[in-house]
Amino acid sequence: MSSTEPTELRHTALDALHRSLGATMTDFAGWDMPLRYGSERDEHLAVRTKAGLFDLSHMGEITVTGPQAAALLNHALVGNIASVGVGRARYTMICQADGGILDDLIVYRLAETEYMVVANASNAQVVLDALTKRAEGFDAEVRDDRDAYALIAVQGPESPGILKSLTDADLDGLKYYAGLPGTVAGVPALIARTGYTGEDGFELFVKPEHAVQLWQALTEAGEGVGLVPCGLSCRDTLRLEAGMPLYGHELTTALTPFDAGLGRVVKFEKEGDFVGREALAEAASRAEQNPPRVLVGLIAEGRRVPRAGYPVVAGGAVIGEVTSGAPSPTLGKPIAIAYVDAAHAAPGTEGVGVDIRGSHEPYQVVALPFYKRQK
Amino acid sequence: MSNPQQLRYSKEHEWLSAADENGVATVGITEFAANALGDVVYAQLPEVGDTVTAGETCGELESTKSVSDLYSPVTGEIVAANQDVVDDPSLVNSAPFEGGWLFKVRVTEEPADLLSADEYTAQNAG
Repeated sequence: MSSTEPTELRHTALDALHRSLGATMTDFAGWDMPLRYGSERDEHLAVRTKAGLFDLSHMGEITVTGPQAAALLNHALVGNIASVGVGRARYTMICQADGGILDDLIVYRLAETEYMVVANASNAQVVLDALTKRAEGFDAEVRDDRDAYALIAVQGPESPGILKSLTDADLDGLKYYAGLPGTVAGVPALIARTGYTGEDGFELFVKPEHAVQLWQALTEAGEGVGLVPCGLSCRDTLRLEAGMPLYGHELTTALTPFDAGLGRVVKFEKEGDFVGREALAEAASRAEQNPPRVLVGLIAEGRRVPRAGYPVVAGGAVIGEVTSGAPSPTLGKPIAIAYVDAAHAAPGTEGVGVDIRGSHEPYQVVALPFYKRQK
Repeated sequence: MSNPQQLRYSKEHEWLSAADENGVATVGITEFAANALGDVVYAQLPEVGDTVTAGETCGELESTKSVSDLYSPVTGEIVAANQDVVDDPSLVNSAPFEGGWLFKVRVTEEPADLLSADEYTAQNAG
């Protein structure tokens, strides 16, 4: 079907490798990305029990440097970025002046005055533009580094062992949400203990010209322990089981972090003004007085799968909306994340269903996440 | 992947066996369609006694990422639905032309535009 493919799709440094592995490719945010190599269910279970290898080169890296890099990020984002130690990472958000979420981000502090902001592929340009605009008046530089990095993730319980065989870096000393520069399989890399699967794992930021060498070394190192290449399809079911929000589904410009149940990422106590402060303060007090819809987990009793946008119902009335849904390979049942009215949000609430193309299928309300790894 | 020569195919990726002496043909989806869907996790099949119409929906197949309507390639009466597939929808992926068949239909009318294996293969090669 190559004749109908739009020519402007971007390809990662690993594109030829994916094709040689027989990947089914998909257009994701303008990138031609692997959806799956074989069975997405097998890939999912490999990450839960052994290890999986992901190409995440579509993610958007933006470098912020300069004497006022910390001050700029504190102004531009809702988190307290100045308090992040060198070598650590933080989950945060960038909001509009009206408090609406522009994107969720991970910010790594690489040095005293150097940060790497990682945006979702679909929002990378929006985030870059916003940061560039918000940098006016600050002694800091915002640099588009999307082409400077390939990103490879190795996730799953076997991932520390796999990586240890390829690097001298102190992985035991590397905490969750931290990153350190090192060499992996002879390739310079920023080694981060982060991920989006609910498992222990690492994300390796490398130069695109080193991506193939690194991928192959990881593949060989993981051969004996069940490492498999994994596509975006299982990445989505993994993050769904782990209860992690996805931009465009659980997070949108129509919601503030308080509406999304993530008000904790907004740090009003930090120094200086930040974009959205006033609107977010209002959103916080509104949420306190009049609880907004709550993000909950739903587990099917039957086998029909809820999809984003399907109404959640109780007593014949619509009480919410599904934001993400899929069959859960770990639970063996369909699951969903949904925003529901606070009155129906308590785990165990009776009589909740999802309208699946006209039929009200019974669902159990549970607290998120669906899956938590044993440490 | 190869599409069995003895079957005929709809543009919507169903396959149809030759009718037996009672005029009953077996219907499934092709390996091409099964691969495109990904892991099938739920199959809603027509029920015995249902009348199905060529080109119209008669069920649905749900996979990890999507739900797809199931079309009947012919008009007729359903005489069997594959309970094995209802119990284990992954059969559609693992054996689309064999154990993963979907239903049997007593054919009363079939459209003229069903494809041969070679024509169907050509349709999906472009």
